[in-house]
Amino acid sequence: MRNVLTICSKEIKSYFVSPIAYLLLGLFGLISGYFFYSATAFFVMSGLRQQMQGSQQPMSINEYVIAPLLGNSSVVGLFLIPLISMRLFAEEMKSGTIELLLTSPVRDWEIVLGKWAGAMAMYLCVLGVSALNIATLFIWGSPDWRPVLTGLLGLALQGGCLLAIGTFISTTTRNQIIAGGATFAVSLLLWVLSWVTSYNEASWAQVIAYLAIPTHYEPFAKGVLDTKDLVYYLSVIFFGLFMTKRSLESLRWRS
Amino acid sequence: MITVEGLTKRYARNVAVNNISFEVGKGEIVGFLGKNGAGKTTTMRVLTCFLPPTEGKASVAGFDVLDQPMDVKRNIGYLPETPPVYPEMEISDYLSFVARLKGISGADIKKRVDEVCERTALGDVRNKIIGKLSKGYRQRVGIAQAIIHNPPVLILDEPTSGLDPEQQLHVRNLIASLSGDHTIILSTHILSEVEQSCSKVIIINEGRIVAVDSVDALHKRGRATEIVAIEVSGADGFTVKQKLEEVAGVARVVSRDSKSGNVAFEVEGLEGSFIRPDLARTIVHAGWHLTELRTVGESLEEIFLDLTRAEKTDAKTDSKKEAEGSAQ
Repeated sequence: MRNVLTICSKEIKSYFVSPIAYLLLGLFGLISGYFFYSATAFFVMSGLRQQMQGSQQPMSINEYVIAPLLGNSSVVGLFLIPLISMRLFAEEMKSGTIELLLTSPVRDWEIVLGKWAGAMAMYLCVLGVSALNIATLFIWGSPDWRPVLTGLLGLALQGGCLLAIGTFISTTTRNQIIAGGATFAVSLLLWVLSWVTSYNEASWAQVIAYLAIPTHYEPFAKGVLDTKDLVYYLSVIFFGLFMTKRSLESLRWRS
Repeated sequence: MITVEGLTKRYARNVAVNNISFEVGKGEIVGFLGKNGAGKTTTMRVLTCFLPPTEGKASVAGFDVLDQPMDVKRNIGYLPETPPVYPEMEISDYLSFVARLKGISGADIKKRVDEVCERTALGDVRNKIIGKLSKGYRQRVGIAQAIIHNPPVLILDEPTSGLDPEQQLHVRNLIASLSGDHTIILSTHILSEVEQSCSKVIIINEGRIVAVDSVDALHKRGRATEIVAIEVSGADGFTVKQKLEEVAGVARVVSRDSKSGNVAFEVEGLEGSFIRPDLARTIVHAGWHLTELRTVGESLEEIFLDLTRAEKTDAKTDSKKEAEGSAQ
């Protein structure tokens, strides 16, 4: 476990001593800030209009601001995650530092877990920006906090899945751009798989839709914590990390 | 300390290391000599558990590389061909990271980092970012990370390649200072380096070992007779040559070019004879000035080229024979 922490903290430092962390935080802050401002402004305007029309129905800030904001964050995450994961192993293989890791008394799974956890920490920092936006809503309003928490948890798990896949892809090439591009392609594919059910109701279509990542996010966004979805996310993470470990082992036999 | 038995490493298409065996005792500094692509790096990677062997056995400090890789890794310090450094990190941060990876306890890390920084003369630059260091400093950081956990065995892959002469000297001195406490294997294709640093040489060519010997023994190799170079002033070449041929035990006298206008010869003695004192006496008695008298040893370069070339011809004849055999 000590080795996992060593590698993880080194990864986090690497993000923050390079421009990557600031670029990601800046970009995400800008985009999610814009979404937050638009959603809140729209909410305020609609609220005023409803009051003028004398409507008695209260408007839910969770429904109008928080849910769309989290939904947008998950889509932006789709673009940012490959940028986080692409360097994990590709960079080490290119610079030769992988020899240091693989010849140190550290087990392969410790390396894999440490790397993934480091990337995950970086991603959580990015999500933190989104959480900060939402936190301001609690100052002036009283949104329901449960869907906020489950939504953030859903985003974290979703990110964990894509990062695990990205970590695996990063072990297959020395080229960071290829790793990033391939991770983006695979992530996007996992995203749009859910569209299948919109034109086909057959059971195979259901299975494919089940594999899609957003399918499992919807309950989280609504504040529902379903074991089925938790199991899905955790097993994708496990599978991704397992494949990474295998790929790392095969690196010894391949190179 | 290191035992290799029948080690073979095959890649998809080619054989990198072919059935090599050698042993390295405790405290020895062994030079691993060979051309580029001879199989040096592959052998070192097998010893450090970076690559698994295809066939054969290798053990380090009594632990097998396949069965007990964690124990092997704990006992080895490894400097790959390019130092495995993270350019964005500061030297001291990097060394602490490596120390932690190698399993040094938290309380000792600072002490060990200070120690290796001092040993590798990195003290002044320890807060610099590695990416901004010159190649020589980066190499020193590479050595520092290899010795940080004070391992009994050090494996250094071309520790001086790409350095300027002064940096090379520094690294060589550093390696020399490490001997005694550590068993060291270092690979190189610079022959003078082997002569200066190593007690034993392993010459490898096309994946096979062609010689394992001490540097002294290699120099004497293939040379049963003594050859002496002589330079004389104040005499004409013909007379001197005649006189020298008369000395007991001399087999042959060959004239040599001399730049300084003196007359020069290479004198070959008969097998088992020791001709230097007699040669000197003869010249001095004749009233000439003896300006040079030395034994000509075969340079390591020549031995190396001879050995690797011989191997090649052998291999060729072997394959020819095989081809003939299969034709029949």
